[in-house]
Amino acid sequence: MSEPAPAATPETPVEPALPEGWELVVGLEVHVELDTATKLFCGCVNRFGSEPNTNVCPTCLGLPGSLPVMNERAVELAMILGRALGCQVNRSVMARKNYFYPDMPKDFQTTQYDQPTNSEGELELADGFVVGVERAHIEEDTGKSVHVGGGGRINEAVYSLVDYNRAGVPLIEIVSKPDIRTIEHARNYVEELRAIVVATGVSDARMEEGSIRVDANVSVRRHGSSELRTRCEIKNINSLRSLGRAIEHEALRQIDLWTTGDGPQQQTRHWDEDAGRTTPGRSKEDADDYRYFQEPDLVPLDPAPATIAAIDEAMPPLPAARRATLRAATGADIDAVRILVERGQDALAIAAVEAGADGAKTVTRLVNDLAVDDWSKVDAESLAALVQMESNGELSASQAKQVLGDLLEQGGDPAAHAATRGFEAMDTTELESLLDQLIDDSPGEWSRYCGGDEGDRKKMQGFFTGRVMKATRGQADGKVVAQLLAKRSSS
Amino acid sequence: MSAIETAVAVRAGERSALEVVDAHLELIAQRDPELHAFNLVTAESARAEAAAIDSRVSAGEAVGPLAGVPLAVKDNMCTKGVPTTCSSKILEGWRPPYDATVVTRLREAGAVSVGKTNLDEFAMGSSTEHSAFGPTRNPHDPSKVPGGSSGGSAASVAAGFTPLGIGSDTGGSIRQPAAFCGVVGMKPTYGVVSRYGLIAFASSLDQIGPFAADVADAAALFDVIAGHDPLDSTSIRDFTPTASAMLDEGVDGLRIGVVKELAGGPGGVPGLAADVLARTAEAVEVLATAGALVDEVSVPSSTLGLSAYYLVAPAEASSNLARYDGVRYGLRVDGPTTPEMTTATRTAGFGPEVKRRIMLGTYALSAGYYDAFYGKALKVRTMMLSDFARVYEDFDVLVAPTTPTTAFELGARTQDPLTMYVNDVCTIPSNLTGHPAISVPFGVGDDGMPVGVQVLAPALHDAQTFRVAAVLEAAS
Repeated sequence: MSEPAPAATPETPVEPALPEGWELVVGLEVHVELDTATKLFCGCVNRFGSEPNTNVCPTCLGLPGSLPVMNERAVELAMILGRALGCQVNRSVMARKNYFYPDMPKDFQTTQYDQPTNSEGELELADGFVVGVERAHIEEDTGKSVHVGGGGRINEAVYSLVDYNRAGVPLIEIVSKPDIRTIEHARNYVEELRAIVVATGVSDARMEEGSIRVDANVSVRRHGSSELRTRCEIKNINSLRSLGRAIEHEALRQIDLWTTGDGPQQQTRHWDEDAGRTTPGRSKEDADDYRYFQEPDLVPLDPAPATIAAIDEAMPPLPAARRATLRAATGADIDAVRILVERGQDALAIAAVEAGADGAKTVTRLVNDLAVDDWSKVDAESLAALVQMESNGELSASQAKQVLGDLLEQGGDPAAHAATRGFEAMDTTELESLLDQLIDDSPGEWSRYCGGDEGDRKKMQGFFTGRVMKATRGQADGKVVAQLLAKRSSS
Repeated sequence: MSAIETAVAVRAGERSALEVVDAHLELIAQRDPELHAFNLVTAESARAEAAAIDSRVSAGEAVGPLAGVPLAVKDNMCTKGVPTTCSSKILEGWRPPYDATVVTRLREAGAVSVGKTNLDEFAMGSSTEHSAFGPTRNPHDPSKVPGGSSGGSAASVAAGFTPLGIGSDTGGSIRQPAAFCGVVGMKPTYGVVSRYGLIAFASSLDQIGPFAADVADAAALFDVIAGHDPLDSTSIRDFTPTASAMLDEGVDGLRIGVVKELAGGPGGVPGLAADVLARTAEAVEVLATAGALVDEVSVPSSTLGLSAYYLVAPAEASSNLARYDGVRYGLRVDGPTTPEMTTATRTAGFGPEVKRRIMLGTYALSAGYYDAFYGKALKVRTMMLSDFARVYEDFDVLVAPTTPTTAFELGARTQDPLTMYVNDVCTIPSNLTGHPAISVPFGVGDDGMPVGVQVLAPALHDAQTFRVAAVLEAAS
């Protein structure tokens, strides 16, 4: 049987067309929870999913008299990510962002303002498009509120519950420049950033656990213009799918407002996933004045040049470089290469190719049949041997897939697994006599195969292949069957 | 009996710590109803701690350098399980789950806390009249204020309730009440004493320091509380306190500057009383006689301190005090929504002076006003630092009055905040620069009330202030 081409993504996004003459302008703010053992300013464990209010202490509860002490590992991770994004690492200071909210214990957030740790970097997407990174700064997370009654909104709720386990968890906020022009690039940017974050060990970046969160600044303008029109910040985006839908909806809303009137107001808007639309939050008129000032309880962060040099030295290969290496080694297409690098299977593929396997076949086999979390039992040698057996016709595609399953579970020698399963390459004489018999049994189908109509020929090839497979319990090689059919019809 | 003498006697087993503590508790019971130095007297735990020290002494175990010495702790420092109020209604019912680092250090040194002392609410004030629990009175004349904000600890030492007291100084809150009450009070270099567990007023200015009846006791207390604390990021590493060791070195050959702007001259700070200036001049004479090289020196930016301070301190306070929102601890006044609950809680929980400073600070940090107010104040602060750095190239220490006047009558200044703020004019520069300064009693004013003289030193030269104060104390 022939193998389908590697799938790009489960659902390839379709770029919605904006009305003629309009262009999308998007900047993204991505919050990533740093994968540290403890919180940013105290010794409490940084863990998702604990019983509410169990990972807390005077400091992360903001009790009177408590003081923050900077988590050095968090600063290190922030600098690693900064360097991975090509940022310059600055002397930086923490600042207080003052506003009242019940899940924020001190009623100010300790963050960075005018002197961030990282600034002026860039991120190259898989297709080569480059998005500027304005800054990547360190800040603390807030707690989590659950508002009971009143539709879940804070001011209508009957009562509210607050869990402070997340309060003080270290975050890095990566702010892009408004360089993104398509929804696909917005999604690719987040995917790429996520890949870098995972590759550098900065975070596990699980969107479903909120360890990576995205806000989108969206505006529109006339094609060919370089102006930046009034933007809206879209919050509450919980998945890549929501990101695309939210940007699309917001862009169309704004174009409508520009077409029919004076355009949108600058404001924060919330994405409503169920309703498929954004709804207004605060507008600029009542925008908060956060009264930022330097955090007096912490000292400036001033890394030595040697520290930054050491970070650069220890930087693991980043996704873009790994994709290029894998492409060069296998000749596979961008999508397949992106998938393997995301899964971290690129090293395995390259090693298998170095051990003699065909590049394209190796990539196809991994993309289609190794979408698993644990492939530790599959080593490069046995993978190479497997792919070679497939290339030599010793195994059919479906047999190769089954043997790979055995390797995944047990490891070992693919030839031995194939033998155990009774996968011997079938003698073509045996196949030929089987085909003769099937053709005699189904003369109508055979004449349609030979009739000259391409559609009929394909359908009937499938018919006969299916019969052969049934008779051989899947042992035959689909490609060999196709060759035999073609040979017989032309003889 | 001084704190040092008491500790020596207790350590030697010549005096029982329990007897010492009981004698002081007795004094408190007699006179504190009139003075109101204490918000809370923890007699039971004090007696238990004293008894424990006595058993250790009889068992031959080591006890600390302040063994058995009664101590008064300002009620803005966290004490585990013991109400800590900041003299505010907003902390009603709150018991900290932890001890401030100084409280721990003092307990380990054998000092016995007998209670929590009154203060201006959240340490905002100069008279201890802005307390939700009523004012403290000056032991020398109960119709007068003890100064503030650490008025309770100053009064406790002045009344003999405790040989030692702990206060905090953000703009003069140790030195000014020390001067008014005729005791020694010292503000260390910023970062020398841990702020962990000190409930913040203005984080970049707050510093904990000692009160005692004499310089030697204050030095002994300083030596115990000073030192690095990993829980406070602004704590200075590798600081070894040497106040007691340097106490008897005298001032022979020491270069001492008299700050012109704080000495009543033209172009200087106005409103300095003649009697206070006269005592300061006499103090300078004493130092010169003792061999110091005395000269006048100008620190022009010292006159700008008051304005800068009343922007920086309220700005930080507006942020530090945001957390009292009724959500997690302390007072809660219910309302139909969370913001209304928070507003009702803060309206009921904070007194007028605290509200005034929160508003001042909020304004100073607001968009469009930051540069004109907070930003400018930070520039003054930088200017003062370089001014003082220049002066300290030629001088080892500086001398100035601690306060413009002696203690004033209760109620005399509560109606006009500015006349109250002016009290801090001589003490504020050391907070803005983070430098150490001590106030030592030196004679009395025309009204017979104590006068304090201030000795200022550059950062980390805390011991110098005690050394000079010891000479002044011996001559007064």
